[in-house]
Amino acid sequence: MEHHQLAIIGGGPAGLAAAAVAANAGLECVLIDEQATPGGQIYRAVNTIPKQRATLLGPDYQCGQKLIDQFNKSGASYRPSTTIWNLNSQREIGILHNGQAALLSADRVVIATGAMERPVPFPGWTLPGVMTAGAGQILLKSAGIVPNDGVVMAGSGPLLLLLAWQYMRAGVNIQAILDMAPQNNLWRAMLHLPRALFVHHYILKGLKYQLQLRRAGIPFYKRITDLHAIGNDSLAAIEFSDSKGKQRIETSLLMCHFGVIPDSHLSRCTGCKHHWDPAQLCWRPVTDEWGNSSLDGIAIVGDGSGIGGAVAARHAGRLAGLESVHTLGRMSTNERDEEARADQRWMADDLNIRPFLEALFRPSPTLLGSPKDETLVCRCEEITAGTIRQALHAGHQDTNQIKFFTRCGMGPCQGRQCDNAVSQLVAHELGVEMGITEGYRIRPPIRPLTIEQLATLQGVDEDK
Amino acid sequence: MSSIFRRLEEPDMQWINIDIEGKTVRVPVGETVAAAILASGLHSCRTTPLSGESRAPFCMMGVCFECLMEIDGIPNRQACQVQVKEGMRIRRQIGTGEEYR
Repeated sequence: MEHHQLAIIGGGPAGLAAAAVAANAGLECVLIDEQATPGGQIYRAVNTIPKQRATLLGPDYQCGQKLIDQFNKSGASYRPSTTIWNLNSQREIGILHNGQAALLSADRVVIATGAMERPVPFPGWTLPGVMTAGAGQILLKSAGIVPNDGVVMAGSGPLLLLLAWQYMRAGVNIQAILDMAPQNNLWRAMLHLPRALFVHHYILKGLKYQLQLRRAGIPFYKRITDLHAIGNDSLAAIEFSDSKGKQRIETSLLMCHFGVIPDSHLSRCTGCKHHWDPAQLCWRPVTDEWGNSSLDGIAIVGDGSGIGGAVAARHAGRLAGLESVHTLGRMSTNERDEEARADQRWMADDLNIRPFLEALFRPSPTLLGSPKDETLVCRCEEITAGTIRQALHAGHQDTNQIKFFTRCGMGPCQGRQCDNAVSQLVAHELGVEMGITEGYRIRPPIRPLTIEQLATLQGVDEDK
Repeated sequence: MSSIFRRLEEPDMQWINIDIEGKTVRVPVGETVAAAILASGLHSCRTTPLSGESRAPFCMMGVCFECLMEIDGIPNRQACQVQVKEGMRIRRQIGTGEEYR
């Protein structure tokens, strides 16, 4: 079996930073990423993008280039376009590249799988013409593709505003922005404002986006509830309620966004400990200050271990890199602590914004915990909230039992889209706190693998 | 129905030809199949195996598995994770895609 000192999974800010630090300190290290170019979703395609498009996306995006340059110079080896379908507690990694599956092993593994958008079911969310804001931004970053006729943007979260601002600069017709954050979010967020003022540039940026979007005459609707996507074979209109009553907008494209959560499928597949974060409303792995998980030799850093944003992810990646160098015997404890000081300070500083953002953009409990009976919760197996409630009332009072009895979470996405929604629905119906219910148990292969690929697997030790 | 997406006009693009639903379509090098079909005006990429309703790419980053398509004769491929290649043949997937085998 191919063996590495350090294997890093994911090529976003955390993974790139961890690899650069470790390789610069002389560790043999490989970075495995499912994308074709480095940068993760946040800096996606930054080193191949036409200049005009990079300018449009703004300076926060362009600064990703520096991180990639440092990674390229570090001498870490790089495996792009490679998916990971397993990682176990023995640090054996199942990879797939160009149709060839293989097993690798490593003395240490750093998981830096980043974030995904929080899937929130609402009526009509499976219609063609409804997609996530993250998807819209990926189309813009990686392909320069933007809405043609017009777009309605709905939900809450910094990404929604950022994408609207980028679309505005690209000359896209934004028909409306629907703010779905509940009214009392603002007051709760104010409690965290003093701390957030340490990093006021984030707040100023948000205000600037809002101001420029309003000046451009884009209609804002506040405190939206009851969002419905309507259409036969594709989106024709959206309906929602606000303080003035029921509203309808004819549109062929709706981009929704309800914040981001850790992409925890791989970390959960290893079996390391996770807990429910009531502020971020997601499962996250239990880690120490260096990113070490409950399993020996496996660290998880960046948004994959809890949402902290790109800047914090870069610092956390560097810390995990230093810890790897230290545990593999190439750096003393003192040296590690000395090297880590600046990153720890910058990271703590940057994270001051988080409680404010978490409170301000927190999706409404009704939206998360009580979808209407007819709403499809599991997109793959087409299981409605009503079916899940029936199973609950028939006595299956646990997320995994519901999965066995209804098949929700057993389709191609393996529960990535319905896991959070189902566990929150269960908790809401039973009237218990999240964290008492558990999420789906995640088992390999966590990416599609054909029997042929498994049969021609490379790196299996014969004596095992 | 007009396309719901368009490409920004950018200089110095390199183009290749692929086949989407039997039509030859010019697309930029390096683009994903999911991006290419959306820009070409294809609204949905598949029908579901259960109700047969239409679906389209939803997350564009490999976590929703809505963009499963038949690419060069192989069904169930995530169109957002595959880059276009000259001459590539792309078809909407009907249900589980079994009929292609």
